[in-house]
Amino acid sequence: MALEKIQQVIGRAVHVPGNDIDTDRITPARYLKVVTFDGLGEALFYDERYGPDGSQKPHPLNDPRFKGASIMLVGANFGCGSSREHSPQAIYRAGFRALIGESFAEIFFGNSTALSMPCVSASKADIEALAAAVAENPALEVTVDVERLEVRYADKAFGVSLPESAQKALVSGRWDPIADLLEAGELLEQASARLPKAVKS
Amino acid sequence: MGKSLYEKVWESHAVRTLPNGQTQLFIDTHLIHEVTSPQAFGMLKDLGLRVRFPERTFATVDHIVPTHSLLEPFADPQADEMIRKLRENVREHGITFFDVGSGQQGIVHVIGPEQGITQPGMTIACGDSHTSTHGAFGAIAFGIGTTQVRDVLATQTLAMGKLKVRRINVEGRLRPGVYAKDVILHIIKVLGVNGGLGYAYEYGGSVFDNFSMEERMTVCNMSIEGGARCGYVNPDQTTFDYLEGRPYAPKGAEWERAVERWKALASDKDARYDDVVNIRAEDIAPTVTWGINPGQGCAITDRVPDPALYPESERAGLEEALAHMKLRPGQPIKGVKVDVAFLGSCTNGRISDFREVAKYLKGRKVAPGVRAIAVPGSQVVARQCEEEGIAEVFREAGFEWRGAGCSMCLAMNPDKLVGEELCASSSNRNFKGRQGSATGRTVLMSPVMVAAAAVTGAISDAREVFGVGELVGA
Repeated sequence: MALEKIQQVIGRAVHVPGNDIDTDRITPARYLKVVTFDGLGEALFYDERYGPDGSQKPHPLNDPRFKGASIMLVGANFGCGSSREHSPQAIYRAGFRALIGESFAEIFFGNSTALSMPCVSASKADIEALAAAVAENPALEVTVDVERLEVRYADKAFGVSLPESAQKALVSGRWDPIADLLEAGELLEQASARLPKAVKS
Repeated sequence: MGKSLYEKVWESHAVRTLPNGQTQLFIDTHLIHEVTSPQAFGMLKDLGLRVRFPERTFATVDHIVPTHSLLEPFADPQADEMIRKLRENVREHGITFFDVGSGQQGIVHVIGPEQGITQPGMTIACGDSHTSTHGAFGAIAFGIGTTQVRDVLATQTLAMGKLKVRRINVEGRLRPGVYAKDVILHIIKVLGVNGGLGYAYEYGGSVFDNFSMEERMTVCNMSIEGGARCGYVNPDQTTFDYLEGRPYAPKGAEWERAVERWKALASDKDARYDDVVNIRAEDIAPTVTWGINPGQGCAITDRVPDPALYPESERAGLEEALAHMKLRPGQPIKGVKVDVAFLGSCTNGRISDFREVAKYLKGRKVAPGVRAIAVPGSQVVARQCEEEGIAEVFREAGFEWRGAGCSMCLAMNPDKLVGEELCASSSNRNFKGRQGSATGRTVLMSPVMVAAAAVTGAISDAREVFGVGELVGA
């Protein structure tokens, strides 16, 4: 299964500030009543972006200056709460291809990586400086370099971190693990034969 | 140096090392429900794959089930489509399904233990973050995304990185009126909502030794609210006594062998931990949340924070939380008016929760203007409550006694907050919009505190309202 190698993500950025932004906020539970992920892009941050009557609230994702952004700048512990993959799916389907944050909740991080969407961690100061530059010039081109673990914009650059396993998976085009897992072949049957199983008796 | 249970289970379940350095980990038991599985079955189909070990996956329906009537088709066409899709998938792949007509349906994290499917030393995965609940049995149990649900269906394995292990000791005696829910809310308050990132939590100490299985489940359930993907308690006689005789537990000679194996899995006395945290049981008070994440909690006798007294870097977050909750800086949390009382969820929807509340609720009435809802975690719990006269106590008090499901914990079924209603809730998350209204407000607390809020119409100290502690003589 040949997958795209995610070495760099280049695009415009938008800052969605705040810490501990949970997956209920990213995709409210009523949008989970679906049997496919299609169309979830519309649900992204819905209750933060729209009032009950559908009117727009002030939110970076409603700001026309940041329309078309593909890199999201976030705070600490982004994506905490529920394991719903609907959240990274909604972010991806809304056009995002990378996130830069202070830290990410684990399940969210894994779900995003398996979608080919890197979540790289950076210092608060670096993120804030980049956010200020983007606010000043929304057309600013930002590069998330997954291979060199750095973010570049204008004449600036800062280092980011990413667990080695995720970095390897992304740059080698193995971010969807299914092919690797299937390769275990008979090892799976052997493991099943020796490991406990709940059986009605 | 000895090993922790986590390390022992990890090593015995490692199938091989993957090219990116992660471990391919075998998953003994896979639990699925209607919300996070349909896309996984779709992906499986697209790849032309089958379910590799269908006998290792168990299904139930919990998130979207209405709790007032199970008549089908459900009034909500989306919910109806989801249950039909799940039935189609389990039938096609030969997966055991605890459907609404089985008499055993319920919240996935209530029925796994109830049926004896959850066992010590197992790796357990489910497309639901509260899978950490099953760690109460000394299982390594964690939530996964839908792509990973596909991975488990197709291979019974996951690509995982090993976690660090933090031992959390709670030693001493809990004060009267302090419950397992208070213990975990306190732990999250102390360690923070992201304090557990990268860790598995191992809970121990005299408080856990003395806890029942259901109390251990309440604590493990909310590990994820502290950022820890899994949390566990070492298996002991309490664990074995709970499991013995349950439908899926081993029987006869096999049971004896299993118990010996389980005993050897517990963390060694000289196990190495990446971190150790000690908490004094006496420092834990009946705890309630005042904010918009489970770490924003305080003792019932406390005041909510005044952002002006905090460092500038923390103020915006505190102000956002207080604004959403419509609380004044520094106001006492006790006395805040309550519109809804919700008793249920995978955190506190088990038989012991309803028994404990019924002791105090008998002869009391829900305050005028409060909508109080009791939702058993499973059909088995619901039947037990009927048989023991507990359901009647709730009904007489003015609670709506409902059918089993997740209900207002996350409001994917018709049970929702309306507008800015404030809910005293025994559930696990107080996130903005969590209970179905974007402006709705959630205050997390123990089941007995929910009952105290229901009968007084305000956030209250159950020790005062019911004399909790005097009765139980703790």
